[in-house]
Amino acid sequence: MEVKEEVWELRLYVAGKTTRSVAALANLKKYCEEYLKDKYVIEVIDLLVHPQLAEGDQILAIPTLVKKVPEPIRKIIGDLSNEEKVLVGLNIRPAK
Amino acid sequence: MSLEPSESNKMPHTLPKSITGIRGLDEITTGGLPAGRPTLICGSAGSGKTVFSIEFLVHGATQYNEPGVFVAFEEKAEELAVNVASLGFDLNQLQQDGQIRIDHVHIERSEIEETGEYNLEGLFIRLGYAIDSIGAKRVVLDTIESLFAGLTNQAVLRSELRRLFEWLKEKKVTTIITGEKGEASLTRQGLEEYVSDCVILLDHRVENKISTRILRIVKYRGSVHGTNEYPFLIDEEGISVLPVTSLRLNHPVSSQRLSSGIPGLDKMLAGEGFYKASSILVSGTAGTGKTSIAGSFVDKACKEGMRTIYFAFEESPYQIVRNMLSINIDLRSHLDNGLLQFSASRPTLNGLEMHLLNIMKLVEKFKPQVIVLDPISNLITVGSTSEVKSLLTRLIDFLQNQQITVMFTALALNDNKTEQTDEGVSSLVDVWILVRDIESNGERNRGLYVMKSRGMKHSNQVREFVITDEGLKLVEVFLGPEGVLTGSARVTQELMEKTSEAIRDHALSRKDREIERKRMALESKISTLKEEFESLQEELNKSYIEDELKKSILEDNRKELTRKRDNLH
Repeated sequence: MEVKEEVWELRLYVAGKTTRSVAALANLKKYCEEYLKDKYVIEVIDLLVHPQLAEGDQILAIPTLVKKVPEPIRKIIGDLSNEEKVLVGLNIRPAK
Repeated sequence: MSLEPSESNKMPHTLPKSITGIRGLDEITTGGLPAGRPTLICGSAGSGKTVFSIEFLVHGATQYNEPGVFVAFEEKAEELAVNVASLGFDLNQLQQDGQIRIDHVHIERSEIEETGEYNLEGLFIRLGYAIDSIGAKRVVLDTIESLFAGLTNQAVLRSELRRLFEWLKEKKVTTIITGEKGEASLTRQGLEEYVSDCVILLDHRVENKISTRILRIVKYRGSVHGTNEYPFLIDEEGISVLPVTSLRLNHPVSSQRLSSGIPGLDKMLAGEGFYKASSILVSGTAGTGKTSIAGSFVDKACKEGMRTIYFAFEESPYQIVRNMLSINIDLRSHLDNGLLQFSASRPTLNGLEMHLLNIMKLVEKFKPQVIVLDPISNLITVGSTSEVKSLLTRLIDFLQNQQITVMFTALALNDNKTEQTDEGVSSLVDVWILVRDIESNGERNRGLYVMKSRGMKHSNQVREFVITDEGLKLVEVFLGPEGVLTGSARVTQELMEKTSEAIRDHALSRKDREIERKRMALESKISTLKEEFESLQEELNKSYIEDELKKSILEDNRKELTRKRDNLH
């Protein structure tokens, strides 16, 4: 119903340009384009540059994708290579 | 006690150590935890891991100028601050001053989805940022095993932990990692495999419903350390560990003497009383006046201006003060002028080790010259004989090192022929005074013996020990033909002695008078005889003179006759 207005605010925490974080960002962009076209914002935070930001979102693992909106808050860690899990985690597809 | 930090600098080959500031621990570890390396503290829930690590951080920050980071995996920073406030640590203030930084790492399993490969770089970055922001030298990870509950990829976790510990070493921070005790291993996740430098095990044991906290250094690479189980205490001043074996028999001795407060007893102890810093055991059956002896000793010590602590395990301070008043010992005045302190507790309040720690702590705070433990017999209710003996051994060693004189009282059982006290401490003490009931003639009296007294000539005689309104007295027992007499029998015997002496005196004076009379009679006889002799002599002289007279007259007469006859012719 109100799905239209909802915008996915996504934050991807990385630490430098490692292959893993590059892969994670690429995967994320691919899923978003496919399922959330024009309904998403991706913010990439490099903790090597802003280490103080790690505490706020309780970041331990790298890479971590944090979905703040829509609720509930979700964290998806890893290179996001498992499409199914990412989509479930982002509430795009209900868990089976 | 603890090694100076400079000492480790002088010798480059020895392991540099980071002083914990925890009482007793630096002594056992000969200087603290390995500096710049991780130490694992493991133990079951409630064994004191968090308190231990917080104390390490706070001491570092406040005393050794080593700021610290506390990474809390279980508690929030605010909760932690409240929890340790009872130990007198103001974490909020320390955080504001930039001496301590608390980072709460929270993993909510339900929020996390794992997809694909990852590492824990985020944790490294957070930790690195926290360390660098305050220039931390100490780090605590409490309890890192929570990670295993939050993340499922064990292989990643393990390799990342290994990397984390290596990374902490490179950072040259002294780290404490806490871990929950596992079933078969020291920690649930086998963290001891990764932390190989120093492992300390904390335990919380309950025996006979009484709990004792135990600390043991499982391993300490590159350093000598105490290997025993050390009891420790957590109280309002934090952790105190009690080293058991660091005590050696090399304490200084004193030849100064200390009066027992009972002149008769001093006389039995070579006339001067106990040696200073000696240990005295007063044992005896129930109601023989052990506490009175202790009270008298305390009173005397206080009167001489010595600081004294009275540890009472049976009576309350008020009770002791009141009871002592009845034998003219006023302890109240010593309490008022601060020379005397009471510490009364039921033995069952604590485990033995806690008692010992409490005694030691109080002794270090109050700095007494004399202490009394009354009675030690009750301690046996919370520990076995060997435990009590070990406790007393350590206590005596500790006190002798501090040059403190200690008096124990102990209840001895009457049926025990050897007079050995239950605690078996008589061999440990320097002076052993035994008070025993002597029952005869339907009354009980107290006999006092000096069973042993190291290093002085002491009386081997039994003395009768009398408790009077004026205080304690030792009376020489009466040794008569019927044996040793005490109490009213002694008094009777003394009276009899007095009577017979009076009678003897009387008899003596009568005999004297008799002799005098005889002498006088004889003398009068002698004078009579003398007079008789004189009269006899006079008589004899008289006849002799008459004879002479007669003879001369006759001669004269004859001459006259002759002359007359001649004239006639």
